[in-house]
Amino acid sequence: MGLLSQQYDDGNIVLTTAEGVLNWARLCSLYQMSFGLACCAIEMMAASASHNDIMRFGVIPRPSPRQSDVMIVAGTVTLKMASRLKRLYEQMAEPRYVVSMGSCSNCGGPYWEHGYHVLKGVDRVVPVDVYIPGCPPRPEALLEGWMRLQEKVRTFTTVRPKATDNAAA
Amino acid sequence: MALSTPSIFEHLTAAFPELTLAHDEAAPCIIVPAAGIKDVCLQLRDHPDTAFDFLMSLSGIDFADGTLGVVYHLASMTHKHKLTLKVVVPKDAPHVVSVEKVWRTADWHEREAFDLYGIVFDGHRDLRRILMPYDWEGHPLLKDYEVPEFYNGMKVPY
Amino acid sequence: MADLKENIAEHIESGRLKTDELILHMGPQHPSTHGVLRLELVLDGEIVVKVIPHLGYLHRCFEKHAEAMTYPQVIPYTDRLDYLASMNNNHGYVLAVERMLGIELPERVEYIRVIMAELQRIASHLVAVGTYGLDIGAFTPFLYLFRDREYILDIFEKTCGARLLYNYFWVGGLSHDVHTGFEKEVGDFVKYFRPTLTEVNTLLNYNKIFVQRTANVGVLPADVAISYGCSGPMLRGSGVDFDLRRDDPYSIYDRFDWKVIVGDGEVGTLGDCWDRNMVRMKEMAVSCDIIEQALASFPEGDVTTALPKRIRPPKGAEQYARVENPRGELGFYVVSDGTANPFRVKCRAPGFVNLSVIDEISQGHLISDLVAILGSIDIVLGEIDR
Repeated sequence: MGLLSQQYDDGNIVLTTAEGVLNWARLCSLYQMSFGLACCAIEMMAASASHNDIMRFGVIPRPSPRQSDVMIVAGTVTLKMASRLKRLYEQMAEPRYVVSMGSCSNCGGPYWEHGYHVLKGVDRVVPVDVYIPGCPPRPEALLEGWMRLQEKVRTFTTVRPKATDNAAA
Repeated sequence: MALSTPSIFEHLTAAFPELTLAHDEAAPCIIVPAAGIKDVCLQLRDHPDTAFDFLMSLSGIDFADGTLGVVYHLASMTHKHKLTLKVVVPKDAPHVVSVEKVWRTADWHEREAFDLYGIVFDGHRDLRRILMPYDWEGHPLLKDYEVPEFYNGMKVPY
Repeated sequence: MADLKENIAEHIESGRLKTDELILHMGPQHPSTHGVLRLELVLDGEIVVKVIPHLGYLHRCFEKHAEAMTYPQVIPYTDRLDYLASMNNNHGYVLAVERMLGIELPERVEYIRVIMAELQRIASHLVAVGTYGLDIGAFTPFLYLFRDREYILDIFEKTCGARLLYNYFWVGGLSHDVHTGFEKEVGDFVKYFRPTLTEVNTLLNYNKIFVQRTANVGVLPADVAISYGCSGPMLRGSGVDFDLRRDDPYSIYDRFDWKVIVGDGEVGTLGDCWDRNMVRMKEMAVSCDIIEQALASFPEGDVTTALPKRIRPPKGAEQYARVENPRGELGFYVVSDGTANPFRVKCRAPGFVNLSVIDEISQGHLISDLVAILGSIDIVLGEIDR
């Protein structure tokens, strides 16, 4: 359901729900916490630089977790870093989203077997919304992941459906 | 003038008779006792014929036979020659004299060797772990190291 | 209370009012630490008294992995050490193993390696200068430089299929030959790229604000640099004429005519942040020179003839090989025990050594200058923590 699908032909009138407007506003200005961990951070930088320009999605890197909506975990999370990462996540204001970028943060990547100091997947410490595979993922893959996240935001409801609603459906 | 390892060895034995030269054509090196490494290094650095002003690398190594080692790779910017020194210590009492006062490069390298191998450098000003968390137990690059099941509530193996 | 007032009055009179020291933690999440470095700063007001770096937030156990893998399997892990200069990392490692095995390489392999390594050096310096501008507050040069970096990555991608981590240099050769039209593309890129350097010089390096932020800041004297073991642009920025490509020649760098860039204190003191940055800028032009000369005598041939079937260096063989990485001297110390896996691989990372000097050169500066100093060291945490 697009936002503009119920538009009247003349006049600036659009019919939608309050939730639809809120979600639309939110998904078009998801601020990203500028937080690079390892190799994937370079591809994240490339995604925000000239050729790919992720800013056209309304992404602005913010240095503070308090001002950001999305944390892109770009790179290997080590055991020493995991507690700091969790604290950063907890400092973000809700609703907050986590994108796990690259094999390392998905599951440990090439370090899964002998990495005595590598956390095998960032989902062991924070909940993840979108996983992007690749080592490192191309900037295009990051854009694809970003659009998947936007789809997720579009269907967000502030009123949680009751258990009986599901039963009726 | 660039010197070869045997001629540097000749040079050193006058002052340090306890050194031995490991005869290996491909990778010759000088074996130094753990207590004397700092004096040897000072001599190598300060003598104008050797002038080793650059410590390229300092590596810990576990020989897997109950001994640990420290390998020093030196280079001279003026003479363009290189030298390898080795120190072998028993694993149950791994004490080596620190060369951190000779080359400041050794400061972090020795901390790393302490962190990953548990080699204690006597006379180091600040021997702490450098890569692993301060509360980590064990020295992970030892050949018989076993990975702990949990660290701070996080599962370590896959 | 009266005592305290008297005390303060006395201190002010004698001109030695003692203020309390403040401890501030910078990082691991901080936009200007280029990754996950944590600096513990002891401050007197805004003046830095002491900097205590805490590393290891990206310790990925490279040396343990190297002991558990076969010799060729280690190459992808060397890619991930210094992820801005993967080609150069490959080069250091394969050089060490090739010397242990005594392999002679075909001409064409050496030429391709030099061209790739120099292109990678340009790409790495582009990121270094671009993000340095970003640290100081100039956003536009970052976009210009990343635009040109993409052209280099396109060439790499056509040849090896990856944008960032290539696994291209193999022990005894390359994974495969370059793609058709490689020479023309590289030649075109070099021609296109040279004017960018002038453009960035006018836009960034001689900009008044940039000069004021970086000149006379973080001065590193030559003797301190050598004692700390600094290398690469860090060492040359302090006026020391030393480059491994010339002074400990490897590959075929001795066949080309090029000069080592040394800082000269053009706008400030010798060895300040501006000098280090300028060395990087001028080195990109030198890399272009080398690439052009290599292209002029680029030989034909097969690149896979020297690839060994079985890589098992003799028992007890060991080798320390060093190459000039964009950040400085990258060394690999490889020890063999006669099996298919290395017994020990130690990586001497240039960033690790260069970073250790930060306490020495940032004392007495403001916190904002510390950001400039840290950017001029050009650290990559992947190789510092390994």
